[in-house]
Amino acid sequence: MIRGAPLGAFLFAVLFLATPLSAFEIERVVSPGGIEAWLVEEHTVPVIVMEVAWEGGTATDTAEKAGTANMAASLLGEGAGDLPSQAFNARLDDIAAQLSFSVDNDYFNASLKTLAEARDEAFSLFALAIAEPRFDEDAVARIRAQLGVVVARNRQSPDWLAADAWYRAALGGHPYALNRHGTPESVPRISRDDLTRYTGNVLARDNMKIAIVGPISAEELGPLLDRTFGGLPAKAVLPDIPAVEVASGAQTVVVERDFPQSVVIFGTQGIARDDPDFIPAFMMNHILGSGSFSSRLMEEVREKRGLAYSVGTSLSPLKKAAMMFGQVATRNERVGQSLAIIRSEMRRMAEESVSAEELADAKTYLTGSYPLRFTSNSSIANQLIGIQTEDLGIDYVERRNGLIEEVTQEDIARVARRLLRADDLIVAIVGRPNLSPVVEGLPETGDMKPPAEPTRQH
Amino acid sequence: MSRSRFPAPRILGSALAILLIVALGAAVWFWRGTEVAASDAPQSFRLSNGMEVLAIPDRRAPVVTHMVWYRVGAADETPGKTGLAHFLEHLMFKGTKEIAPGQFSRIVARNGGQDNAFTHYEYTGYFQVIAKDRLPLVMKMEAERMTGLQLTDAEVLPERDVVLEEQRSRVENNPMALLQAEMNAALYGDHPYGRDIIGHKQEIAALTTEDALEFYNRFYTPNNATLIVAGDISLDELRPLAEEYYGVIAQRAPTFVRDRPAIVWPEEDKRVIRRDERVNEPTWLRFYPAPDYSTAGVRRGAAFDVLAEILGGGQTSRLYRNLVVTQGVAASVGAWYEGSRLDAGKFGLYALPRVGGPLADLEQAIDAEIAALLAEGVTDEELERAKTVIAAGAVYARDSQRSMAYAYGEGLMTGLSVDDIHEWPTRIRAVTAADVADAARAVLDGSVSVTGELVRGGGA
Repeated sequence: MIRGAPLGAFLFAVLFLATPLSAFEIERVVSPGGIEAWLVEEHTVPVIVMEVAWEGGTATDTAEKAGTANMAASLLGEGAGDLPSQAFNARLDDIAAQLSFSVDNDYFNASLKTLAEARDEAFSLFALAIAEPRFDEDAVARIRAQLGVVVARNRQSPDWLAADAWYRAALGGHPYALNRHGTPESVPRISRDDLTRYTGNVLARDNMKIAIVGPISAEELGPLLDRTFGGLPAKAVLPDIPAVEVASGAQTVVVERDFPQSVVIFGTQGIARDDPDFIPAFMMNHILGSGSFSSRLMEEVREKRGLAYSVGTSLSPLKKAAMMFGQVATRNERVGQSLAIIRSEMRRMAEESVSAEELADAKTYLTGSYPLRFTSNSSIANQLIGIQTEDLGIDYVERRNGLIEEVTQEDIARVARRLLRADDLIVAIVGRPNLSPVVEGLPETGDMKPPAEPTRQH
Repeated sequence: MSRSRFPAPRILGSALAILLIVALGAAVWFWRGTEVAASDAPQSFRLSNGMEVLAIPDRRAPVVTHMVWYRVGAADETPGKTGLAHFLEHLMFKGTKEIAPGQFSRIVARNGGQDNAFTHYEYTGYFQVIAKDRLPLVMKMEAERMTGLQLTDAEVLPERDVVLEEQRSRVENNPMALLQAEMNAALYGDHPYGRDIIGHKQEIAALTTEDALEFYNRFYTPNNATLIVAGDISLDELRPLAEEYYGVIAQRAPTFVRDRPAIVWPEEDKRVIRRDERVNEPTWLRFYPAPDYSTAGVRRGAAFDVLAEILGGGQTSRLYRNLVVTQGVAASVGAWYEGSRLDAGKFGLYALPRVGGPLADLEQAIDAEIAALLAEGVTDEELERAKTVIAAGAVYARDSQRSMAYAYGEGLMTGLSVDDIHEWPTRIRAVTAADVADAARAVLDGSVSVTGELVRGGGA
C-alpha cells in the first residue's frame, strides 16, 4: 500500500491469483494458395471482424511527397474494379459492412467488419478494394481537398503541434518524423502515379498479416482467403528504412500559442520490442506512468497536487526506432513545477527501483487484466494482429502472463537506470508556459499573462 | 485515462475521421441496443429498497462489466453550484469508511480490473471491468461507496484543481467546445442543457466539501440507482449477489422526482459567431430543437435517426453526395440526432468547408438540400439503405459488453424501458418514407435554429 492505509475488509482482494484466460483457440489457417491467417472461430455474435496489416507504412514516404501512404489509404474505399466511388460505397452500405484503411509508421492497415450473413459480398468488395483500386481523377481531387483540410486543422491542435515539435527535435529528418497526413506543400504534389506505385509496392502477399474472428470455420476461411488476397502480387517492394536513435541531450521546444493550458510531450530513447528487457521496461513504465489511476505520476502530479487532469508515460517501439514518451497538460504557470516533479520521479525510480509491493501490484493488475483484452470479436482481432506484427508467436497469449510473473525488482532497476534519463529529456510544449519550477509571484489562475521569454520560439 | 468523460456531442478533430463522423458523440450511438431477432431481451428486477437490477449476458469471456447508475446529473444541479454532479463523481474515488483515500482504484487494479466513471445531464455512472470471480469484490466496494463516502478538504481541494484542469482541457483549450457552449446557451436558454456538464469555471472553483456531501446524501440512495452487469453472468446468478450487497442498503433519501423548468425555445433564429485567433480553418454548425426519444415515442424517435442517417450519416448520405462529391463546397458534412435526454433532444448539422471556402456558400448549399428534402421527401433506396446501416449498428454494438451496458443504462436513465431499447432495431425497420417526411417537417420546416460559426479572429 503506497499510503500504508488500513484496507479493512478489502485486504483479502490482494491474495487472489490471476484469472486464467478464456479457453479460446487461435487456429493458424493456411489457404490452398498458401495464404496464412490467424482465426478465432466464435459464434456468440453474428459479426465477422478481419484485421490485415501490410509492412510499409508512412516510413516509406519521402519528405517531398509526405502523406502518400495515408492518401492511398484514404482512397482505397473510393472505388474499385468497375465500381466508382459512390457505387462502391452504396454496395457497402447496402450490406452495412464497415471497411476502413489506415496507416501508421510501419504498417498499412485494413479493417473489415461485416454481418455474417453478408460475408461473401463484404469480402468480395474488400478484395476489389485492395487489388483493383481505381484512383479516379474526381475521387483523388476530392480526397486531396479533404486532406488539405486535415493538414490545416492539425496545425491548430495543441496535441498535434506538440507531437510534431517533439518528433522533429528527436528524430530530425528521419521518415518517422514526417507528418502522417503530409504538409500543405506535399499533399498537392502527390500524383495518381505515386498512389498506384505505393499500393502496387506495399499491398502484396509476403508482407501481410491477417487476423479473423467470428462465426466462420477454418474450412470456410481457406478458400475465402485465396479469393480475397489471391489478386495481390507475391512480393512487396519496400525501401530500406534506416534505424534511428532519439537525439541525445536535453532540449526544450516551446510552440507559443494562446492556450490557457500547456500541452507537454516529453521523451527519450526507448526500448525495442525484441529487446530481452522489453517486458521489465513495460512493467516499469506501468508503475511510473501508465497504470491508470495507480501510477506514481498520477499520484504525485494529479492526486496529491491537483496539477493535471491527465499525466502519463508510454513506450513506443517501432521497427527502426524506439521511444519512451510522456505527456502532461497543466495550466501555463505550473508547467515548470509539473516537469520538476516528473523528473524527480524519474530519478527516484532510476535510483531506487520499485518496491516489492509495487511490483506485486503491477503483476496482479497486468496478468489479471489481460483477459479484458479478449472480450469482443473486435478486440480479439486487434490482439491477434498486434501479436503477429510484433512477431511474438502464436503461443504468446499463453506465454505472456508468465513473462510478466518472472520480472524482478532487479530487472526493473536495470531498465530504469537505462531508460529514465531525467536530465536528457526532449520536451515539446504548446501554450504559454512558465518554465520555472517556482510559481511564486505568479497569480494563481489559469488566465495569467505569458512569461517574458520562452527558451525557444518555434 | 479519464476519470469521467462526457458523452455529449463534441467536435473531435484528428485524422481523416474528422471528415466522416465529426459531430457524433457517444450519446447518439450507444443506446442503439440490441437485435430483437437474434437475442432475448435482458432481464431485470427491482430490489425491495427500490434499486433496479439488469443482467446482459455475454458468455464469450470470463469477464464482467459492473455498472451502478444514479438518476442524477448536471441538469439537476441548483443554480450557482454548476459542476457539482461531475465534481462528486471525481470525489467518489476518495475514501470511504472501509477504504482509505485513493485506494478504491488501486484495489480494483490489483485485482486485474479497470474502473472509471462518467457524468451526463441526466445521470452519473460508475463502472468496473473485471474477471468474473472478482464481481463480488467490486459489488461490495461499490455498495459500500453508496453510503460510506468520507471526504476531507485534504482530498477534496486538490481534486477541485484537477477538475479545473479538466475544464481547461475540454473547454478553454478547445475553440469548438467554446462555440458549442455558446450555441447550447442560445438554444436552451436558462434550462440546464444550456450549460456545460462540467459547469461554470468560477462556480466549480467555489464548490466545497460540504456541497459535495450534501449532494451525495440527497441523491446517492438505492431507490435512485440502477445496477447493470454485462458479460459472463445471468440474472439468476446476479440476483443473490445483488440482494447480498445492494439489497441490504436502506433508503437514505426520498426517491428523486425532477421538477425542472420547461425549456423556452428561442423565438427567432439565432447566430453565434465565435472568433478565435487559435483557429485557422472555419467550422459551421447548426442546432435545431427536437423531441427526446421518450417524448417522441420510440416510433417517431426512430424516424429522427433515419432522417439523420439519410441526410448526413455517411458517404452515401445526401449532404455528403451533393456538397462534398458533386459541388465540392465541403470537405466534410454530417447530421445527427441526439434523443437521449429527458426534457428535449437536438438535431444537429455540421460542415467543414474546403480550405479557403466561405461558410456562406456552405450554408446556402445545406439550406438548399433541406428545402429539397422537405419538398420531395426521401427515396425508397435511401430509406432502405439507412435502415440497414442503423439496424446493423445495433448488431455490431452487441460485440462489446461495455457498449451494451452503456446503451441500456443510458436508455433507462432517459425515460425508456428495457423493451423499448431491445426493440429499437425493429422500430427502425418499421420506419416509412412518410415517417421520415414527418420527422423532417417537425425539426427542419420553419423551426427556429441556432447557427454557429467558428472563424479566425482576435478578441476572443
